[in-house]
Amino acid sequence: MRTTPAVEVRINGKDREIPTGLSVSGLLEWLELNPALVVVELNREILDRDRYQEIHLAEKDVLELVHFVGGG
Amino acid sequence: MDTPFQIADREFSSRLIVGTGKYKDNRTMVDAIRATGAEMVTVAVRRVDLDRTKEEGVLYHLDPEEFLLLPNTAGCYTAEDAIRYARLARAAGFTEWLKLEIIGDQETLLPDTHATIEAAKILVDEGFKVMAYTNDDLIAALRLEDAGCVAVMPLASPIGSGLGVVNPYYIREIKRRLKVPIIVDAGVGTASDACVTMEQGVDGVLMNTAIAVAQDPVAMGESMRLAIQAGRLAYLAGRMPSREIAVPSSPTVGMVD
Repeated sequence: MRTTPAVEVRINGKDREIPTGLSVSGLLEWLELNPALVVVELNREILDRDRYQEIHLAEKDVLELVHFVGGG
Repeated sequence: MDTPFQIADREFSSRLIVGTGKYKDNRTMVDAIRATGAEMVTVAVRRVDLDRTKEEGVLYHLDPEEFLLLPNTAGCYTAEDAIRYARLARAAGFTEWLKLEIIGDQETLLPDTHATIEAAKILVDEGFKVMAYTNDDLIAALRLEDAGCVAVMPLASPIGSGLGVVNPYYIREIKRRLKVPIIVDAGVGTASDACVTMEQGVDGVLMNTAIAVAQDPVAMGESMRLAIQAGRLAYLAGRMPSREIAVPSSPTVGMVD
């Protein structure tokens, strides 16, 4: 039996295993999120959307994925 | 006869700004907001819930072409947090507009005006159009104007309280002394509160809970639209002096024997 290689990252406060070698774009696709409506903060740095393809995620990365919700 | 309602470089046809929180469903939210006639609506920045539906974001329901989104920093208790949320909001909405809100006390949700002024200075430098939520305190309001805020937004009463304007004198004083638009934010409970608020001469009102938790939010939205217009018109009309004595409206002479 083959095990899928994985890296552990923290997304929105929860540890998660994600496939190895994912770019930020790849992660959003894997999570079925629309990149136009989500902002990605990686290790406290907000990423420009045009860098999503080139940045690859590594073990222990901390991500915050945020969007607009109802508020006053 | 009214002057246009302008914030920074943008003119608005409605003096009412509304929030998008606390609605029982998104359909009701959109219908109620349309009934208010508001062009500017506030939104909050939160984590995407990865365990739930992917369509919970407010942008699935509100078209940024139809409404100017005003992201807030609600939930922040420090200048540092508010600045982080502001930057996230700018990235999410491609907008410089920001409702800066920093809470100082969990029980009353009253603003931390000191932290708000500090954060406002930094965010104005970063190019944000800061609309600052603050207390009904003239000195804090003056400092926020000095910091470069495009609007100053004193509370009528605590967030979500529905108590209406508790200190109309302070609200009028802030309006009289500042040059930037004054928008009363928080505390309006029903249409009469909105009307009384506008009668103080302020430029606009921002509200959320009063509409969202009304039994019929769409009808309440409509009533708020009318109340804001009525209050503004009454202010411009110039009210009669109030006095604690009766004065007859009909002639006292010419009565038959």
